[in-house]
Amino acid sequence: MEEMERDPRVCVMGEDVGHYGGSYKVTKDLAKIFGDLRVLDTPIAENSFTGMAVGAAMTGLRPVVEGMNMGFLLLAFNQISDNCGMLHYTSGGQFTIPTVIRGPGGVGRQLGAEHSQRLESYFQSIPGIQMVACSTPYNAKGLMKAAIRSENPVVLFEHVLLYNLKERIPDEEYVLSLEEAEMVRPGEHVTILTYSRMRYHVMQAAKTLVNKGYDPEVIDIRSLKPFDLYTIGNSVKKTHRVLIVEECMRTGGIGASLTAAINENFHDYLDAPIVCLSSQDVPTPYAGTLEEWTVVQPPQIVTAVEQLCQ
Amino acid sequence: MACSAAGKIIHPPSINSARSAQKPHSSHKIISPSAFLGFTSQPDKLFPVSRTISSTGRRSATVMAVSSDVVKEKKLKNAPSSAPNLLITKEEGLELYEDMILGRAFEDMCAQMYYRGKMFGFVHLYNGQEAVSTGFIKLLKKEDCVVSTYRDHVHALSKGVSARAVMSELFGKTTGCCRGQGGSMHMFSKEHNMLGGFAFIGEGIPVATGAAFTSKYKREVLKEDCDEVTLAFFGDGTCNNGQFFECLNMATLWKLPIVFVVENNLWAIGMSHLRSTSDPQIWKKGPAFGMPGVHVDGMDVLKVREVAKEAIGRARRGEGPTLVECETYRFRGHSLADPDELRDPAEKAHYATRDPITALKKYMTENNLASESELKGIEKKIDEVVEDAVEFGDKSPVPARSQLLENVFADPRGFGIGPDGKYRCEDPKFTEGTAQV
Repeated sequence: MEEMERDPRVCVMGEDVGHYGGSYKVTKDLAKIFGDLRVLDTPIAENSFTGMAVGAAMTGLRPVVEGMNMGFLLLAFNQISDNCGMLHYTSGGQFTIPTVIRGPGGVGRQLGAEHSQRLESYFQSIPGIQMVACSTPYNAKGLMKAAIRSENPVVLFEHVLLYNLKERIPDEEYVLSLEEAEMVRPGEHVTILTYSRMRYHVMQAAKTLVNKGYDPEVIDIRSLKPFDLYTIGNSVKKTHRVLIVEECMRTGGIGASLTAAINENFHDYLDAPIVCLSSQDVPTPYAGTLEEWTVVQPPQIVTAVEQLCQ
Repeated sequence: MACSAAGKIIHPPSINSARSAQKPHSSHKIISPSAFLGFTSQPDKLFPVSRTISSTGRRSATVMAVSSDVVKEKKLKNAPSSAPNLLITKEEGLELYEDMILGRAFEDMCAQMYYRGKMFGFVHLYNGQEAVSTGFIKLLKKEDCVVSTYRDHVHALSKGVSARAVMSELFGKTTGCCRGQGGSMHMFSKEHNMLGGFAFIGEGIPVATGAAFTSKYKREVLKEDCDEVTLAFFGDGTCNNGQFFECLNMATLWKLPIVFVVENNLWAIGMSHLRSTSDPQIWKKGPAFGMPGVHVDGMDVLKVREVAKEAIGRARRGEGPTLVECETYRFRGHSLADPDELRDPAEKAHYATRDPITALKKYMTENNLASESELKGIEKKIDEVVEDAVEFGDKSPVPARSQLLENVFADPRGFGIGPDGKYRCEDPKFTEGTAQV
């Protein structure tokens, strides 16, 4: 809302963002303040309204597109890949596409396979876009503002289960960097890299680990594309052991790319192979027990650290 | 004057009272008056259009005959010297002629250059369809936007992008309108508001809808004085694509200032429009979404221009979108790689006789708007322009390696922070194009 007040070209587009206030109430009351055109309730046509956002961005506006659930943005893949990501380049730099594409994703509470998707792995190869994942109210606000102000197209991944978090955040305006990772807990023994909801599972595991005498360094990578190799690298150079905990699928996930990047850049500093804990390569089942076993749970993280530090 | 156009579309005799020479045509030949006005003043009467159109076949003479009857009628009824009753002035005529000749000559040169190995990849030529581009785009202001498809060279040229910039782009040179990074299917120009150039069909229609949205936003939210219009060009094949329908819906819903121009040349690549479309009359799909749908003979630039004036006028006045189906034909194959074996030679021959350039030339000479020598002069001038464009393209440098990583991001910090703590774009190798990103 601060950004919409600050710059009249910022507008919001998506299903039920206006009168309904957003499926997770992210845009609550914005339509009442800014009107139906600045907070546009769109028909159910993801590809087309994402493309519309691209066209609007090319001609001077700064749209924020909401995918009601991130999974729906699969229907907009054409526009996100070809137009958001590539138009700045294919136009020889003439047109900028300052869009923000955001929405709730990730595994929720028994929402079923299609509403529980993690699209960060599907989008990560698209050249020309940046991807960030927020995890706390503080970084959600800071990253959102940065994404809106950025001239690049940014995909901001929120998580369905994190909307109820409460936190004290500064009254003064602050903007975070889209490319930097966040040091959550400094440590000496092992580097744990994570993002979004898994951060909470990691921190829960960290409590157990500390009781067992371990000192994990936890980094919330936040920037899924590009990776902040400086923060990550410094940590690897210190601890020499890396554990990646993510909610993505194992195959072709963010963790897979991160493993490759760390091996490529910091191989000499590693004392052990990188361990990557990801979700199972299965469509998320509806049943609660099955769903729980699909994603990484804190006990698995504890075990992995113990094995890594032997 | 617009009245003459109105004569074909709305035929209540009172409008033509100033011109006693004009008689309304027999009604079966005219598209219902509500084609345009019905939607502006009487939004409830959406369906009358489809009911009164009598044509059932895809190219029945009843619908096609509209504009040419008006033109012919003027010729017969007016003395040759009464210039005010013609559809265009001399200046306008010459402008239209020059634009169409430029389009044709440029595309012919493209074919030559392609076969000589100067350009590569997919090149889709516009020969035969010039009337649509010229008819519409020459009515636009510089601030109005055009969105096209991969068959975009001529749209770019009509919109004002220089032949040199387009030819260089095709040669992949750094002086091209997109620095050689776009190619044949991605012609962009910020200066001339040419918003591309899209390789996937249907991809550009939402972008055009977005540009029209910006126009409305500027007017209503930013309170600027804005009446910019957007034209979206696309083909018959695209009209079976979801994005087309989704955008027709949104454009009418929000009354966006956009004109959807269908260049129905009857063929996708090898797929005939009739084989792929349940109801081949595309203009009918407009009223289904609440906007006027008009069919026009796309081989006649004057008819296209008259329809375009109405449609663009509607959009500018804030009355909403229009769907215009231009029946046209491409004389060449889908692309330079297409052997074009499926189309019936008789069909090609039929349309060759309706070459838009020949038709305009005939109109201008028969109505004494221009002499043969003046038109020949234009052709010669354009030949020189195209030759110059080729020369310019030839002499221009190919992109240097340093261009590789530029323009991927508007803000190059998007490439992230390297292991040394500095942004990748600060690495000196970045500008050399060899940095690891």
